[in-house]
Amino acid sequence: MGLRNLFDRIEPAFHKGGRFEKYYSIYEMVESLVYTPKTVTTVAPHARSYIDMKRIMTYVVLATIPCILFGLYNTGLQTNLAIAEYGASGWRAWIIETLGIGFNPANPLANMLHGLLYFLPIYIVTLVAGGIFEVVFAVVRGHEVNEGFLVSSMLYTLILPASTPLWQVALGIIFGVVIGKEVFGGTGKNFLNPALVGRAFLYFAYPAQMSGDTVWTPVDGFSGATALSVSASDGFAALPERGITWMDAFIGTIQGCLGETSTIACLIGLAFLLVTKIANWRLVAGCLLGMIAFSTLLNLIGSDSNPMFAMPWYWHLVVGGYAFGLVFMVTEPVSASHTNAGRWIYGALIGFMVVMIRVVNPAFPEGMMLAILFGNVFAPLIDYFVVQANIKRRAKRNA
Amino acid sequence: MAQTRKSQLVDPLIDNNPITLQVLGICSALAVTSSLSVAFVMAIAVTLVTGFSSLFISMLRNQIPSSIRIIVQMVIIASLVILVDQVLKAYAYEISKTLSVFVGLIITNCIVMGRAEAFAMSNPPVASFIDGVGNGLGYGLILMLVGFIRELFGAGSLFGITIFETVNNGGWYVPNGMLLLPPSAFFIIGLLIWAIRSWKPMQVEEREFKIQTVEAH
Repeated sequence: MGLRNLFDRIEPAFHKGGRFEKYYSIYEMVESLVYTPKTVTTVAPHARSYIDMKRIMTYVVLATIPCILFGLYNTGLQTNLAIAEYGASGWRAWIIETLGIGFNPANPLANMLHGLLYFLPIYIVTLVAGGIFEVVFAVVRGHEVNEGFLVSSMLYTLILPASTPLWQVALGIIFGVVIGKEVFGGTGKNFLNPALVGRAFLYFAYPAQMSGDTVWTPVDGFSGATALSVSASDGFAALPERGITWMDAFIGTIQGCLGETSTIACLIGLAFLLVTKIANWRLVAGCLLGMIAFSTLLNLIGSDSNPMFAMPWYWHLVVGGYAFGLVFMVTEPVSASHTNAGRWIYGALIGFMVVMIRVVNPAFPEGMMLAILFGNVFAPLIDYFVVQANIKRRAKRNA
Repeated sequence: MAQTRKSQLVDPLIDNNPITLQVLGICSALAVTSSLSVAFVMAIAVTLVTGFSSLFISMLRNQIPSSIRIIVQMVIIASLVILVDQVLKAYAYEISKTLSVFVGLIITNCIVMGRAEAFAMSNPPVASFIDGVGNGLGYGLILMLVGFIRELFGAGSLFGITIFETVNNGGWYVPNGMLLLPPSAFFIIGLLIWAIRSWKPMQVEEREFKIQTVEAH
């Protein structure tokens, strides 16, 4: 093992008193990326388990693979479909023509490749821009750079529209890493999800590039509304007329962000996370219950002026970012509640809020991002009350 | 007297800034900083009100009965604010419309009340006046800084004069819409506090508790 020897030989230089003492966190980052870390951490996200952070984070990244693969396919598919009508241009078209693969939407390989040409630049920019800030903070503050950033950057990439300008990608992830995580002390101390903070920043800062009908498929002149914005204007009953069946939305061949459209891909990821016990099932169950209960209630109440009231829960599940958020954001251990009772409440609160924002608030057609951030803010408070209730109950029992 | 006249005027700018150290007057700092000219007018208004209210309260300080002192202070501050409001309506109607309720709300600005209670009630008039003006300027300085960042990056202009040509007008700059929303001032003020406290570690407050670390066994 030449690499191990190399690490062992240079390690003393990074220890206290060594020549490169200041850069220990960079050494640690590279070393633990290649080998199993030597230490187990002692605080959240896994204070009560011997499983190390590297495994948690790696598993989450593994769980996103179905979403990535389907995202590549769908982005390419939507783009190729639009190109058939509007024509191709730009460097991506040049690469594809040079390779001789073409823009046939019926060819899955061509779709995947085209999707990859949109996914990769965004992902690389995210890694580089966010990574630089992550390393700078790690060196100055003397903490380690860990795999948490790999998760954040992957999730962040998957919830961006394919047409996002790259400088906005960089700005968003920097904001997410610094304001969402590092100012609170780094991984394990962030009470907001850094990927979502970055996404929310872009959503409010550059609404023209983050929402509307033209951003989802990156072809000039093409306009395709998301399932949610169609439902918000014409009601969900209009979706099949616009060529979106429930099955389309479930499989994910609809307009949307890079990796969030496919409910089935998210569910595969969810199954993996639940089996490996990385995701806590109470969070998922709470969030589903909250969403189903509140949307059913709204179905019963009904409304003459707002067609969203009639949207049943199984549509809420498959459109927009609900499934993706449910699987990868709600279950994020650090920013969620830490008590079991709290997890039910936390999940239900998000499920309730997402329907609330989608249906009742006319300003935002999509609600998952804001609902989760809202839940994040309340998580410590929920925990506090759960713990207090427990203390009271025990005091009474022993009185 | 412990403080010189000069330090009274200069200290509140950075060393003892009402916004970044005492964290007072945040509400109006969020609301009126989306454009530099509005922030500028607000800064002048608050400086004048703080200065003169401190002056008058200090002149009356030996006549004010302690039990009703807040009411008397409020009467003086409110009169000055009404004066400012009327002048703005007469000579700068557009800006007064943008400032809307926030001119009236100078009455409740913690900085004005704070200086009246903390300084003017126990110090001679001239010193109180300088102290009031100094704090008003400290407030104004932060307001202008925040306004500068928000207007430059949010709308691509300064004092309404275009600096970056925005995309909508055929230029290259894509304005950052979030900076035009009041919450962005929270981030900017927070980052300013961070920067100032890194520069002057004296301002960092002591931790209320120490984070416990668990030793691995």
